Amino acid sequence: MSTTADTIVEASGLTVDFASGKGLIRAVSGVDLSLKPGETLALLGESGSGKSVSLRALMRLHPSSAKIGGSVRVDGRDVLAMSPRELSAYRGKTISMIFQDPGLAFDPVYRIGDQIAESVMRHERVSRSEARRRALELFERVRIPSPERRLDNYPHEMSGGMRQRAMIALALACRPKVLLADEPTTALDATVQIQVLLLLRELQREFGLAIVFVTHDIGVAVEIADRIAVMYAGRIVESGSCRDVIRNAAHPYTQGLLASRAHGTLAPDQRLRAIPGAPPDLAAPPPGCAFGPRCDSFAEACARAVPENVRVGVAHEARCLLAAAAMAPA
Amino acid sequence: MLLYALKRLVYVLPVAFGVSIVCFLLVHLAPGDPLTAIMPIDATAEQQAQMRAAYGFDKPLPVQYGIWLFKVLQGDLGASIASGRPVASEVGRAVGNSLILASLATLIGFGFGTFFGFVAGYFRGSVLDRLASVVSILGVSVPHYWLGMVMVIVFSALLGWLPSTGAGPGGSTAWRFDWEHLQYIILPAITMSAIPMGIIARTVRALVADILSQDFVQALRAKGMGEWAVFKHVVRNAAPTALAVMGLQLGYLLGGSILIETVFAWPGTGFLLNTAIFQRDLPLLQGTILVLALFFVALNLIVDVLQSSLDPRIQRG
Repeated sequence: MSTTADTIVEASGLTVDFASGKGLIRAVSGVDLSLKPGETLALLGESGSGKSVSLRALMRLHPSSAKIGGSVRVDGRDVLAMSPRELSAYRGKTISMIFQDPGLAFDPVYRIGDQIAESVMRHERVSRSEARRRALELFERVRIPSPERRLDNYPHEMSGGMRQRAMIALALACRPKVLLADEPTTALDATVQIQVLLLLRELQREFGLAIVFVTHDIGVAVEIADRIAVMYAGRIVESGSCRDVIRNAAHPYTQGLLASRAHGTLAPDQRLRAIPGAPPDLAAPPPGCAFGPRCDSFAEACARAVPENVRVGVAHEARCLLAAAAMAPA
Repeated sequence: MLLYALKRLVYVLPVAFGVSIVCFLLVHLAPGDPLTAIMPIDATAEQQAQMRAAYGFDKPLPVQYGIWLFKVLQGDLGASIASGRPVASEVGRAVGNSLILASLATLIGFGFGTFFGFVAGYFRGSVLDRLASVVSILGVSVPHYWLGMVMVIVFSALLGWLPSTGAGPGGSTAWRFDWEHLQYIILPAITMSAIPMGIIARTVRALVADILSQDFVQALRAKGMGEWAVFKHVVRNAAPTALAVMGLQLGYLLGGSILIETVFAWPGTGFLLNTAIFQRDLPLLQGTILVLALFFVALNLIVDVLQSSLDPRIQRG
């Protein structure tokens, strides 16, 4: 993959290793991502699939003990080669992040407005009052009621939905080009979830943001994303446009995820289909396809090597021998 | 904020009242008659009764308490049985001396404790952390009177660098901040700082480690804040709890450690208490305990108010 002028995020062969008692654990093994400005990619997967770890690698937000390999280019710059000083100037300015639980992502003993102003003053040479003015503007933009008063609130004085709006305001404070969202709606009530998603979509259009959105909820992914990448055990097992992945899922894992959702109402005697088994232990992954042990269509060949990525449609790829076999005659 | 401080001040009154009752009763629970210490052995029963009446020990306890409290409220803590001098001035002088010692011990203990705690918390699991932990555990677990004696043996007896006991020329009344006097305070102050240093180092380490593992620190880094800015946030978050622990420790130090002040013959409250206890000097004992207890109450009040001004999550209702 080569960096073309119109891609803003380009990761290839991304690996992340964590040191643990059992030795190195490969949480992400060879992930390729590419985003254009104004595009939204949803990273879909269950806990431990490596989606959040991949996301954090885009701004190197891991403890220093973690080792990141491969290449990450954002806005034309090599993120893995940045010095600590360059890195901290890049974070919050070019790329910023919304966290899963806004109740924990704000410093509890500082006023919200000051925390936003702090970020503005970090990246732009402006006065405190100018930074405050910007914070107020942002609060109005994310539609926080009585914004002036809310700026002086401490995090615990806001509701969850309002805190997430404030978090979005903070993330957008320095007009970043890329927004990373780590399950930003998971900790919210269902009704607030949809409001936050709509707000994000609206802001994305206005700011021309590229968004990488991590979620375990297919419904949320469909709501927000242009493209979906399904992760399993540290690899992207299927990726494509929203429509392709949902309508023509090629990987058995994606099919399983889709089947385990409730459509409308279930009849009393109808059961949800769950994927049997549990995700593999990353310290001792199964040979070949990591989903093999849980797969209905498991064949001997699956355990021999990690399946290659095959094209199953226009800009639609999957890592599955079945999909490869289906495409072979064509 | 001011309203909260006033409110807390009102809550202090019943506490202080309770403290005064306990102080008064405590010494009456102790076995032994205060008069035997000052009366000649061959005093007649009549003379003893006379003496008892003179000090008011013949009246029922509630009446004695009433009289005592009434005088205390006017600043009169009575006269020492052993020396005949007013208790208020004795206690005042001792508190002054203890305050000097405690301030220095506080400076040393809190300073090093905070430093070690931060280093250990920031570099958890490193050699520095283990070193700091060893120092703090030693500080907490080594008996301080033993530490005091070892210090005297090493620095006074063997090396002859510092004087071993007393408060310098002029005894208990003529303290001045010059080397001639300061050299007397160094050993007791260092000895005294060991425990608060250990406790504060451990508290701060736990606090810092906990704060650093919280999401908001990662969020701070994610918005591009440098290590120094993150450090300021950590300090601000650790302050309320650290302050509460420090307040408590300061209270203990102000009480003057009986053991340390006795080992070093430092003329503070601990030394005074020791004397009062062995001489069965009831008024002196009551007065000293009361003043120290009220110090504690006042300190807690100050810590409460400070804490609520530092941590917005604490209700100021």
